[in-house]
Amino acid sequence: MTQLLQPGTAAPDFALPVTPDQKLSLRELRGRPVILVFYPSDWSPVCGDELGVFNEILPEFAKFNAELLGISVDGSWCHDAFAKDRHLHFPLLADFEPKGAVAKKYGAYREADGFCERALFLIDAKGVIRWSYCSPVAVNPGADGVLAALESLGK
Amino acid sequence: MLKVPVTSDDHIQGDQKAPAVLVEYGDYECPHCGHAYPIIKSVQKHFGNRLAFVFRNFPLSQMHPNAEPAAEAAEFADGHKRFWEMHDGIFENQENLGVPLLLELAEELKLSAPDLQTALNGHEYAPRVRNDFLGGVRSGVNGTPTFFINGHRHDGPFEFEDLVAAITGRLS
Repeated sequence: MTQLLQPGTAAPDFALPVTPDQKLSLRELRGRPVILVFYPSDWSPVCGDELGVFNEILPEFAKFNAELLGISVDGSWCHDAFAKDRHLHFPLLADFEPKGAVAKKYGAYREADGFCERALFLIDAKGVIRWSYCSPVAVNPGADGVLAALESLGK
Repeated sequence: MLKVPVTSDDHIQGDQKAPAVLVEYGDYECPHCGHAYPIIKSVQKHFGNRLAFVFRNFPLSQMHPNAEPAAEAAEFADGHKRFWEMHDGIFENQENLGVPLLLELAEELKLSAPDLQTALNGHEYAPRVRNDFLGGVRSGVNGTPTFFINGHRHDGPFEFEDLVAAITGRLS
């Protein structure tokens, strides 16, 4: 397993499809905290899984003016259908081509499986990673860690 | 770990000071919670007074539009000391969940359906539900149902044997 990028590291910039015809780059979000949620794949069979929980606490993230981004190796059409089905109200980025390139930069790619780790990053307004966490792939991490990290950003 | 300790404000079956306390963060519309419902009854029967059971709200409203009104209806019933009857009634009729069912259940419990409708319209019990939810988020609730046994999150399957083994492990 590769090592996740650690706090204090400048977050590698990227530009990934956020819809089938639109890209979003990390740089565009400079000036506010960004939460990156790497996850293995869309259509997880678990009801109310990790993304579902994050989706419900968007109002909490909004209190910190933080942007939440999901990233997996699924393509943008797949993301589109998945987000509609689960009523997700935050962007899902497609780390699809070259596959997993962004996840690799963050040390959050599982070579043997061909998909992302279940990894969380909190990037501050200046683009520096302030907190990161990798969960066992079968365990959804929940949002307690990232909320605590957001709270300590201002301190 | 469970960040919000079990107190007398919780919905609790059994003795708060029992050697094992099982806390569920659940969503009334979640089929997995519906699946867990009879299992918990069996687990409670198995341990008797050695186990206390606590239910806290964790409605995933974006996926389950009826989860929030159901949670609010159970809190409404709690105001009339009928929480568990409403809780059980909802899970036992989960396939018909919707406001009409909640009103019907209220009537069966001799509670005022119009009062419940008013409470739902005004989201009178939403703060309590949200409070449960946010406490759950802080404790690492990562989906529904999420169980805590004596404060420790139970990851993995939650069939009868799994829960009995996990609780037994915390008892010794």
